[in-house]
Amino acid sequence: MALALQQLINGLTLGAVYGLIAIGYTMVYGIIGMINFAHGDIYMVSAFISVTAFTLLAALGVSSVPLALVTVLLVSVLFTSVYGWAVERTAYRPLRGSTRLAPLISAIGMSIFLQNMVQLTQGARVKPIPPVLVGGFDLLTVDGFTVHLAYSQLLIVVVTVFLMAAFTYLLSQTSFGRQQRACEQDRLMTSLLGINVDRTISLTFMLGAMLAAVAGVLVTVYYGVVDFYIGFVVGIKAFTAAVLGGIGSFPGAMLGGVLIGLIEAFWSAYLAPEYKDVATFAILILVLMFRPSGLLGRPEVEKV
Amino acid sequence: MMLELSAVHAHYGHIHALHGVDLAVQVGEVVTLIGANGAGKSTLMMSLFGQPRASMGRIIFDGEDITALPAHEISRRGIALVPEGRRIFPRMTVMENLQMGAALADPTNFDVDLKRMCALFPILDERQGQRAGTLSGGEQQMLAIARALMSRPKLLLLDEPSLGLAPLYIKKIFQTIRTLNRDHGMTVLLVEQNAHHALRVAHRGYVLQHGRIVLSGSGRELLASPEVRAAYLEGGAGKGD
Repeated sequence: MALALQQLINGLTLGAVYGLIAIGYTMVYGIIGMINFAHGDIYMVSAFISVTAFTLLAALGVSSVPLALVTVLLVSVLFTSVYGWAVERTAYRPLRGSTRLAPLISAIGMSIFLQNMVQLTQGARVKPIPPVLVGGFDLLTVDGFTVHLAYSQLLIVVVTVFLMAAFTYLLSQTSFGRQQRACEQDRLMTSLLGINVDRTISLTFMLGAMLAAVAGVLVTVYYGVVDFYIGFVVGIKAFTAAVLGGIGSFPGAMLGGVLIGLIEAFWSAYLAPEYKDVATFAILILVLMFRPSGLLGRPEVEKV
Repeated sequence: MMLELSAVHAHYGHIHALHGVDLAVQVGEVVTLIGANGAGKSTLMMSLFGQPRASMGRIIFDGEDITALPAHEISRRGIALVPEGRRIFPRMTVMENLQMGAALADPTNFDVDLKRMCALFPILDERQGQRAGTLSGGEQQMLAIARALMSRPKLLLLDEPSLGLAPLYIKKIFQTIRTLNRDHGMTVLLVEQNAHHALRVAHRGYVLQHGRIVLSGSGRELLASPEVRAAYLEGGAGKGD
């Protein structure tokens, strides 16, 4: 029971991170119908930006944890959104209007480029940072097993819930959100209403990158290490989360993220931890085979 | 002059769809463009927005050359389109569709304009919170017209607004065009297969055939013209109503 509770906490933490990244996949798919395979690497870049920022702040003698966290979040979100914008501008926009496969291949190229860029400039070795947020709450002890909730886990869940609420509001209530949804439904018609569709697409990429940046900072605080390859596996898992929830669906991405996080945590605790990635990818295959529209996605065929 | 096309050529894929079209719309006029299916009517309408872009010739709107502008810049100049097939946003509510229409309008006009649209089309008032995709075809057409009007355009383009609608709605749509023009001074360019209705509401008309203007004149002249009668009226779309 205590172990299950502990894995619930761990799973939700992990799931929140997957969900944040999955939103980037799902929003981009929603608006231009492509899978941005470089998105996981955008997350990786943001983790490196946060490592650099944490290191710089430590060198400058900033000792306040909240101040450091807020600063690093802002810096990482800012720089990463520029990456998101630049990737779309250079690798995808020139291919708009060409075949569906072209931007997909370009995305894989961009993913390889970003990994190599970071490997060359930052080195291939694992980069650690000194612990930023240590300690936590001991919730309860049963038969010598203590259920622990780390401050960093609490931070991840709280920040994620806040961002979900903010994004739900942004997409459903603001004029930008309406324009974004209009582009998803009919890009040409949206431009005929005077809306600069290219700008809306750019902003969508930037918003996805911002959420990935937050995930990058939070994971860096949680695990304390990064390397140039973390974007690949996390990216594919977040992609699985987006597909499971229904690609194109915003709440679906979050739900999918949480489910993947929980499955991974419980699989690791009760079955074979070395097979946890296999479990995730088996889900990807099963969903694609039997329910390609995901849990909350709408079926491809729609009466208009 | 509100809109002037001179010697406009356009290609739709590999098809040379427009062969040097000259067309003009004066301020306050209702002008109609009739022609058979595939004559290039919709291509002409969309080429005003550069979709496809005119490969030759010039398009002048309100004294400005808009031939090379991107679509969103053209609509910002004051041209609103009610496209063929309506193209409302099906997964948005009626209200959100109207808000999209007003995306670039002065927000202080919104409430007044919304009231005007609800007066013009009372059904939209009743259905404000309903998803637009669940409306009937005729209701969607009214929504598409209202959405276009929300931007307070100088020129309203309508592409086959009567296509596939029940006679009652067709009547309502043409009545609306007449009201908009007579009472609000709206300039209208109307593309129609329903030549009978279109020519009765229009001041002037053009006949498009294989991408060329073959005939033009006042609505009344064209209605009486033997070529038009033979090709588009007798046994054609306008018969019987």
